[in-house]
Amino acid sequence: MSRRILIVDDEPSIVTLLEFLMRGSDYEVRVARDGEEALRGAECFRPDLVLLDVMMPQRSGFEVCQKIRENPAFRGMKIVMLTAKGRDLEKHRGLDLGANAYVTKPFSTKELMSTVRGLLHTADEPDTVRR
Amino acid sequence: MRHCFWATTLSTSQCYSLFGTRHLDATERHEGLVAAIAFESLVKLLAFIAVGLFVTFWLYDGFGDIFGRASQTPQLSALLTLGGESGSYATWASLTFLSMAAIMFLPRQFQVTVVENVDERHLTKAIWLFPLYLLAINIFVLPITFGGLLHFPDGTVDADTFVLTLPIAERQPWLALFAFIGGLSAATGMVIVETIALSTMVCNDLVMPLLLRLKALRLTERRDLSGLLLGIRRGAIVLILVMGYLYFYLAGEAYALVSIGLISFSAVAQFAPAIIGGIFWKGGTRTAAFCGLAAGFLVWTYTLLLPSFAKSGWLPITFLSHGLFGTDLLKPQQLLGLQGLDDITHCLFWSMLANIGCYVGVSLIKGPNAAEHGQATVFVDALKHPLAAPGSRFWRGSASVNDLLLMVGRFLGPERAHEAFAAYTRSRGARSVEGLSADANLVHHAESLLAGAIGSASARVMVASVVEEEPLDIDEVMNIIDEASQVLAYSRQLEQKSQELEAATNELRGANQRLQELDRLKDDFISTVTHELRTPLTSIRAFSEILNDNPRLDEGERAKFLGIIVKESERLTRLINQVLDLAKIESGAAEWHSSEIDMREVLEDSVTAVSQLFKERKIDLTVELPQKVPGIVADRDRLMQVMLNLLSNAAKFSERAPGAVTVSLAQQSGFLRVEVKDNGIGISAADQEVIFEKFRQVGDTLTGKPQGSGLGLHISRRIIEHFGGRMWVKSRPGEGACFLFTLPLARGLALFKAA
Repeated sequence: MSRRILIVDDEPSIVTLLEFLMRGSDYEVRVARDGEEALRGAECFRPDLVLLDVMMPQRSGFEVCQKIRENPAFRGMKIVMLTAKGRDLEKHRGLDLGANAYVTKPFSTKELMSTVRGLLHTADEPDTVRR
Repeated sequence: MRHCFWATTLSTSQCYSLFGTRHLDATERHEGLVAAIAFESLVKLLAFIAVGLFVTFWLYDGFGDIFGRASQTPQLSALLTLGGESGSYATWASLTFLSMAAIMFLPRQFQVTVVENVDERHLTKAIWLFPLYLLAINIFVLPITFGGLLHFPDGTVDADTFVLTLPIAERQPWLALFAFIGGLSAATGMVIVETIALSTMVCNDLVMPLLLRLKALRLTERRDLSGLLLGIRRGAIVLILVMGYLYFYLAGEAYALVSIGLISFSAVAQFAPAIIGGIFWKGGTRTAAFCGLAAGFLVWTYTLLLPSFAKSGWLPITFLSHGLFGTDLLKPQQLLGLQGLDDITHCLFWSMLANIGCYVGVSLIKGPNAAEHGQATVFVDALKHPLAAPGSRFWRGSASVNDLLLMVGRFLGPERAHEAFAAYTRSRGARSVEGLSADANLVHHAESLLAGAIGSASARVMVASVVEEEPLDIDEVMNIIDEASQVLAYSRQLEQKSQELEAATNELRGANQRLQELDRLKDDFISTVTHELRTPLTSIRAFSEILNDNPRLDEGERAKFLGIIVKESERLTRLINQVLDLAKIESGAAEWHSSEIDMREVLEDSVTAVSQLFKERKIDLTVELPQKVPGIVADRDRLMQVMLNLLSNAAKFSERAPGAVTVSLAQQSGFLRVEVKDNGIGISAADQEVIFEKFRQVGDTLTGKPQGSGLGLHISRRIIEHFGGRMWVKSRPGEGACFLFTLPLARGLALFKAA
């Protein structure tokens, strides 16, 4: 069974990019354009991993991350935060809120893919890293 | 009889002048005199009590008998109450107040309590002994009074003389003689101390400072001033006694002894606010004390002193009955129509009102300066630093014993100065005057020696002249006295400086806040620009990598990805251009190519430029242009920039379909006015100014994501303002936004065309 990945971003070109990359690795992909849609997507699509942009309309990526971590039903769901804000302050905030990784734009495609693969691999093992 | 008084006065004054001021005493203390007064007080007390016992238990049958008889006599029973008339309570209160003030402020009381005090511990004894003395001497006042009134019911005998007339009437000549001696000693004691106190004050605080300041007299160059001081004091004694006699002669007939006393008590009470305020309140000032004293004495003179002259016939009596210039409100004993009080209470009310009012009011209006504050601290906090010696506080430095001796000698005379120093030498256990070390104690001693002669203020200045490292000559000492006024000026300057500093501090604080705000804006800007740079860069980099890593992508995808790369590159370029543009405008380096242009053309061209965008987004674009408008002078490209910015904003925010944007142009008095109106979400009143600020985007709160660099509107407004116009927005949330700007007409050209 292929892994499911939820892409959350409001920039059309970034969505195109991420979709291409994830499909290329045979992951099942769904797209959400804002925070609300992301939470609905997490509910019905039950992704293994969420690629989450920070600056979005309605709800910021930080909020979405927090909501996901608060919900026991989403236990074990991996979160990779993608942001164009590169300051340490924001990075720490994202990790404190329970993101598994924090990737700063612009990123190298290989790096992103290895981060995603790494996280999905550890997900096979029980009791995954939780912050 | 009168001549007899006159002779007595003159001879008394001769005696006091010779003996009271025979020499200038070390600290102006007269310990022998004080001992004599103490003895006199005892004699008086014993005499009074003897008469009291005689009246109470010999003539009558004890206190109960006298008061019982008095209460049964109709004329006297009223005296046992406070009286039914209105104002009698006020009289009682004011007389009590006056007596309290007199104990502290009568010159002779002050002289004995403060000046003649040789040991501070005496005060703690006086605190209970003096009231006890007053109580003892007052026990028989009422019995003697009632006894006298009962004994001489026809009122022919002056109540002031009951202590003499009662024993005489009862044929007790020895008791009468004893009472007379007691009374005489009391009177002479009072007059002696009062006169010496007053003459010292007049000499030290009025005459000497004046004479020393008169440069023409060249007093400061005289070696020995002690003779002059003695002369002044003796003159003052004669003058004071003569003045006392003159007042008795002029006004005394109309008043009883008690009333004359009360008039002077009322005068002395005027010192109370300044002295008590000076001891307990740090906020009082010198000017305020002067104002209070002047106002108080003025009112006292008008309401009490002048009426006493009028009653004695030395002023027209109409002054009392009809007031000054016949003005009712100025009646001296019913000032401003105040009635129902006796003369003393009336005077006390108005004079204290004026005195305290001026003292407190002036103090509050202009607070104490540095010098006054320092002095106030020494007085008000005196008990907080009981260990600090009074002298050592004034003096740090070196002095020569000889200088001190010479200086003291100039005022006390060389002989007495040597005597005083020799006595001091013995008390210190030193062998000779020359062997003394000029330490703080000696300096303090010299100062107190001088203080007796010339007053403490002048003494401090004199001492300062010889204890400085560099001894000052006496001309400079006079300058020090003048410095009092300079200190005032300095402290005023200091105050001004500190106010300026405070203002500067506030300015700096404000500047710092603005800097912090700027810093924050800069951070926001960097964050925004970073975001705007990173987003397109992400696409460009990632798609380039993809194209590079996957040479066998199908043609459709390849074209799509390349298209994205191109579009995002354009976005990057746009941002960089905007930032550079703003930098140019802000630094004034922007180039403006102004020419006369037709605004209609600018609008038409800009609408054409965005028509494709509007079509894509299905937004209806309406243009309303007049047939013809006057020309304006501006940079055509810059105006295009403004219009494109406004139109793309309108397109962005009109997304709620069906979008509708209207562009219109109109001519107003002297201006062209352009409107760009959309039907989007609108802008709240709070944000309507914010959106024109640099890097501020309402997008932050509306959508969580900035819709651009946050520079477009800011740059647009700066362009419009550069050409003398204005740009603003009218909007209500939910009802769309209307951006407007005006540009001034090229007036000369417009007139030419119209013609």
